[in-house]
Amino acid sequence: MKRVITTTVINQSGVLNRVTGLLMKRQFNIESITVGHTEQHGISKMTFVVHVEDERKLEQLLKQLQKQIDVLKVTDITDKSIVIRELALIKVISPPGVRNEINSIIEPFRATIIDMSKNVITVQVTGDPEKIEAFIDLLKPYGIKELTRTGVTAFVRENQKATAPQLSILQ
Amino acid sequence: MSVKIKQEDAEKMSGEVVSTKIQGSDIFIQSLKNEGVEIIFGYPGGAVLPIYDALYKNPIPHILARHEQGAIHAAEGYARVSGKTGVVIATSGPGATNLVTGIADAMMDSLPLVIFTGQVASAVIGTDAFQEADIVGITQPITKHNYQVKKLEDLPRIIHEAFHIASTGRPGPVLVDIPKNIATEFYKAEDIKETEIHLPGYQPTTSPNFLQIQKVGQALQKSKKPLILAGAGILHGKATKEFVELVNKIGIPVTNTLLGLGCIPGNHPNFLGMAGMHGTYAANMAICEADLLINIGARFDDRLTGNLEHFAPNAMVVHIDIDPAEIGKNVPTDIPIVADSKEAIQALLKLEMEALNIQPWVSYLQELSEEYPLQYHEHADSDKMLPQKVIELIHKHTKGDAVVTTDVGQHQMWAAQYYSLNNADHWVTSGGLGTMGFGFPSAIGAQIAKPDATVVAITGDGGFQMTLQELSLLQESQLPVKIIILNNQCLGMVRQWQETFYEERYSQSLMPKQPDFVKLAEAYEIDGYKVETYEEAEKVFAEVLSLNKPVLIDCRVEQMENVYPMVAPGKGLHEMIGVKG
Repeated sequence: MKRVITTTVINQSGVLNRVTGLLMKRQFNIESITVGHTEQHGISKMTFVVHVEDERKLEQLLKQLQKQIDVLKVTDITDKSIVIRELALIKVISPPGVRNEINSIIEPFRATIIDMSKNVITVQVTGDPEKIEAFIDLLKPYGIKELTRTGVTAFVRENQKATAPQLSILQ
Repeated sequence: MSVKIKQEDAEKMSGEVVSTKIQGSDIFIQSLKNEGVEIIFGYPGGAVLPIYDALYKNPIPHILARHEQGAIHAAEGYARVSGKTGVVIATSGPGATNLVTGIADAMMDSLPLVIFTGQVASAVIGTDAFQEADIVGITQPITKHNYQVKKLEDLPRIIHEAFHIASTGRPGPVLVDIPKNIATEFYKAEDIKETEIHLPGYQPTTSPNFLQIQKVGQALQKSKKPLILAGAGILHGKATKEFVELVNKIGIPVTNTLLGLGCIPGNHPNFLGMAGMHGTYAANMAICEADLLINIGARFDDRLTGNLEHFAPNAMVVHIDIDPAEIGKNVPTDIPIVADSKEAIQALLKLEMEALNIQPWVSYLQELSEEYPLQYHEHADSDKMLPQKVIELIHKHTKGDAVVTTDVGQHQMWAAQYYSLNNADHWVTSGGLGTMGFGFPSAIGAQIAKPDATVVAITGDGGFQMTLQELSLLQESQLPVKIIILNNQCLGMVRQWQETFYEERYSQSLMPKQPDFVKLAEAYEIDGYKVETYEEAEKVFAEVLSLNKPVLIDCRVEQMENVYPMVAPGKGLHEMIGVKG
């Protein structure tokens, strides 16, 4: 199963390496990982999407992460009410003849063209991973020259609709 | 908790009267003294020259091993027997990488070590400089935590934190990598402020949840077949006194993991012997049939559990561990308790309980112990000594009071089975990593921790040759370690598995041409004895095991003897072979 996990870490050199090294050592597959500063100085937040086999493996993953000295907090936010965003940059082959057509796809997705050359445009799109997948699928027929995605970053919403069952990491 | 280096100390250290500056290496030594370090195990080299220079001026006792691996295994033996943190120093590059096996070993067996490695100067880190190795990267997965010192002013805090992390919670190795320039830089003494530990991400839980403890009490009252699996956590938590009190109070049967041996005396009436792959029949059957299994400070290692599908199938599982990540890792747990073993046992002792009604269970297990004891049989076609009997003789002549260290393999299992320990912290073995070459150097550390004890290193002829260079230390440092080699001229456990699982194809496991260990001992000015019969063994053991000087005894034992009983890999504990016959 796919889980979204956030960890708050002390921004020491090597901390990203510690976390990814741990996941590798314990044989967890990372689908994506993002890291960045938070509102607090010296504290970073990592968001990663991992595949785990079952609840026991998941609990083990959370506990092993929590054990790292530089890790302050580990939360599995998958079952919570969350906002989740990813950014993708896509270079699409777009000779002048199809440009209008492509524009008509870009608009409903609220994507933007951020660079343009004679036959290629670069589009930026943000949203949850499903939206980005859908957008990419629509552009594919025109010919995607290059594609890069940031991986997701996520927040728990201030107002939780319903409390979902959470795995406790301590006891 | 704080570290402060006063100006007067600084002046004393630097040797100049009006100096207000203090060198990194002096701060280093002073920090170790502040931590109460009484011995260092190490080996010098280019990147740690400034540190060794400071040590020369402001000494702390230091054991100069002949290989870094010897140094760290000695530190492990010291840590296991003394309960204190072992300290190791090695230089950059090869010095540091030679420590890797010992670091991994200490990580697996939760031994508190602080390891200092030199590093090339900050300015050339990352340029593949002479004797540069990324030891922080290399040891990241095999340390509890590691550091590279980036600024001199961080050094006292990092050292303080390293000792704190290594020795608290679940103990483990912490490595501190010190670039050479950090050790040679000067720093204004007045700028070295009090250094508080700042570890917001590290707060081990030590007090048990009382509701969970009560649940254990209720489970005990209902249980007809309870069993305690006692692990090394009881030893690390210094809780053996309380543990034996608990066992006596509730009269519960007890089995041990390999590393937990000694937390209850080997002759205690409730003790069933070690469990697991080479455990006793009674202990393994107790696990199979128990309706309540209370694990205190063990991690359900695969050598203990066998096939997990068949492990403790009828039992409600209680797991008390200071490391929450161990709970539920291998065996699903009904009552998890994250706590220090001592605090948890004390809480259990305080519970008000009616006497347990488990006499039929206790008698049944006693019958099993009597019916299916550990056993060995002389070979009809050979008059060589049997290693099990040799260990019984060692036991006889040390009265079960020796500190025993072992390597890894057959002799280790026989020592675990036949050397019944009277005391806690008298057993030093490489359990998790299974490191050959561990036994002898760890005995050096054990002897330093207990100078008056009889320390016996039981090793094999294979493992001993992996670290025998440390023989130099015995006369040099006046260490009366007794080395007993169970010499079967082969890698016994490998040979046994080849016999059992590979149709007797002894691929690269026989060593018919071993050195003359007695002559080797003589080269190091150590008395050596070659023993081939039980009579000779009796005589030599009686004569030399109590002497206050090192000896080496080369015991020639039967090559074809196997360790039994055994749970074959992939099998459940109920499928033991070699139980009776």
